[in-house]
Amino acid sequence: MAGVAALEQEIMSLRKRRQLYSLIGVLLVIAVLVSGYSKSNTMNSGNFLDGLSKFFDYPSEIVIEAWEAGPAFFGLILTYLPAMLETLNIAGVATLLGGAMAVVLAMASSRNVDSWGPGIPVVRRVMDIMRAFPELIIALFLIFVLGSSPVPAMIAVAFHTAGALGKLFSEVNENIDRKPIEGLSACGASWMQRIRYAVMPQVAPNYLSYFLLRLEINVRASAILGFVGAGGIGQELRRTIGWGQGAGDETAAIFVLLFVTIMLIDQASSYLRGKLVGSGRAH
Amino acid sequence: MSIDTFNEPVIDRADVLAAVRKRARWTIAVPLLILAYLTYTWFAFGVPDLLSRAQPDRALILATDSVAYKVHVTKLLRRDILEVAIEGERRATYGDEDLPEWVTVDGTNSVIDLGEGYIVDIAGKVMQFTVPDYGVIKVTATNSGVTTELPPGDVPDWVSDNPKKFDARPTLDRRVQVTRTKIEVHNYFGGWENFWFPFGSPVYGMSFGEVVAAVFSDVRIDPDQSNASLILHEFWENPDWQHGAVFIALLETIMMAVLGTLTAAAFGLPLAFLAARNFTPSMILRFSTRRLFDFLRGIDMLIWSLIFIRAFGLGPLTGALAIAFTDTGSLGKLFSEALENIDNKQVEGVRATGATQLQRYRYGVIPQILPVFVSQVLYYLESNTRSATVIGALGAGGIGLMLVETMKTSRDWENTSYIIILTIVVVIAMDQASGWLRRKLIQGK
Repeated sequence: MAGVAALEQEIMSLRKRRQLYSLIGVLLVIAVLVSGYSKSNTMNSGNFLDGLSKFFDYPSEIVIEAWEAGPAFFGLILTYLPAMLETLNIAGVATLLGGAMAVVLAMASSRNVDSWGPGIPVVRRVMDIMRAFPELIIALFLIFVLGSSPVPAMIAVAFHTAGALGKLFSEVNENIDRKPIEGLSACGASWMQRIRYAVMPQVAPNYLSYFLLRLEINVRASAILGFVGAGGIGQELRRTIGWGQGAGDETAAIFVLLFVTIMLIDQASSYLRGKLVGSGRAH
Repeated sequence: MSIDTFNEPVIDRADVLAAVRKRARWTIAVPLLILAYLTYTWFAFGVPDLLSRAQPDRALILATDSVAYKVHVTKLLRRDILEVAIEGERRATYGDEDLPEWVTVDGTNSVIDLGEGYIVDIAGKVMQFTVPDYGVIKVTATNSGVTTELPPGDVPDWVSDNPKKFDARPTLDRRVQVTRTKIEVHNYFGGWENFWFPFGSPVYGMSFGEVVAAVFSDVRIDPDQSNASLILHEFWENPDWQHGAVFIALLETIMMAVLGTLTAAAFGLPLAFLAARNFTPSMILRFSTRRLFDFLRGIDMLIWSLIFIRAFGLGPLTGALAIAFTDTGSLGKLFSEALENIDNKQVEGVRATGATQLQRYRYGVIPQILPVFVSQVLYYLESNTRSATVIGALGAGGIGLMLVETMKTSRDWENTSYIIILTIVVVIAMDQASGWLRRKLIQGK
């Protein structure tokens, strides 16, 4: 009996300690939030409470101007379609090129698909670095060298995509069934043939799903990069916002176009991903 | 459909062939479509035009400038004075008695030894540039421009000679320019100049050992403050590198990411319960919460930042709120999906002990979604560190804005590379920290 009592006491003390840790964790998060917000409120050029009263000024200003534009507003939306298409193209090409590179990187960095051993840690570090590079830095650098155009943004997004997708792809590779690979190597298949006929059929649905998810993220990223001079809808937005008052209807048109496009792509990609990997596993 | 087990399954040759043909068509069509799309974008982006306009020399200048600095020797012909200054800055001008040894001055005339036999001789308005393996270039500044006497033979491509301005850069690290008002010689050196302390500061030019010795020495360099605080102040307020300002900008960016992500998680979790089918029977409530998530996500960080910049101005608060708004939508959606996929048996078990609803949530639900919650929040924290630099560049402040501004002025590329390196270090550090926390919290390792 004494043993049981001692065990119970030990469990209770363990539980107490766990509760204490959780409490400390929660308090820490609250402390970070409170001190962070009060600190950032003093660092900000505008005050939080002042800003709160002005918060709806700008949205309502552009909504009113859009309303005053009347039916012409829909025409405005149409005039920005080419710019939106350019942003979509940046995202599309970047995802295609980055995705293709990611497949190569993933095949070179997973033990499970017989990648060249010594290269695995090297390729993994390379992918880590590619992921860590903020797109903004590459884009700004390339804009400086190549001039203002969609290509710098495309390269910047593709570079980041290769790293990010490469990691996800190699995780998919690690989870595949090795039996088809072994079967093929028993027939004397080369490494390329094993990848093509044993690995690809297993990983393709997951790859496509991650690819679509990335496309969604990249559309947002390319819109933002446009704002720093990479062309597309972001650049148009920067122009109309720079005009200040009076161009509210144009800004509103771009906002609406961006919102609708992002929603459409979101919905389409989550539907397709649900079909590819089953809704439960769509990330 | 029932399967006839008595007979062999019927395999129709035509069906199989049709299936194979269909596959073959796709295998050919998809790469062709992708190729067609890439060709279309090649022209839509104007790549041929871009390639002709590209300025690769700019990349070279940037690369040189970011690892080197130059010392200007300038002779102003109108006022007849000679100045030697780091990067040509007034603040960093050498005094007459401590000129670098490669400059020899006689009155306002001077001989500048650029090394490896390259020598510039300035006398009055005449500049003579000795270039090994080429000869002596003599340039005279006149009232209307410059006259140049080159050695016989073809004009090399590193000389740009026109009546208004003479410019020669025989190697990447030596450059001479003459206009009618001044003669300017640039001598390049490797490294980052004045990185630790500003030129002319009492601790300028000290070695690391000397600085450490000064910290522990009783003799005060400046009688008003201790050596340690003087050294720290000189470093922190260094006008060329602005270590203090860069550090604060980095802090702002990290604050944006951390505050934004935590706020999004704090609002996303309770809202996720409202959006999950198995927790909210009310169809209207569920539907409206989901649309709220879609709305917050769909507006996108770009638009939220622009709206918040208008309302709250420059600073970390703006960025934090923009991130919080967007990610409340993303995290809320993810959490509600996790909630819908929980195992109901545990909740039933807790209910069987007579637990109240709150206790059922606490002991039946939360333990199941906690790993998803923690890992997603940490993933978002990681990616938001990168997003915060971009939001900063849109005008919310922080390191992003600082980067854009130093790039725009393109005065000193080493400052830009310094900021880039720091930003990448911070992003990688946040990546590692969140990865470490994730392993610690979820796997208990």
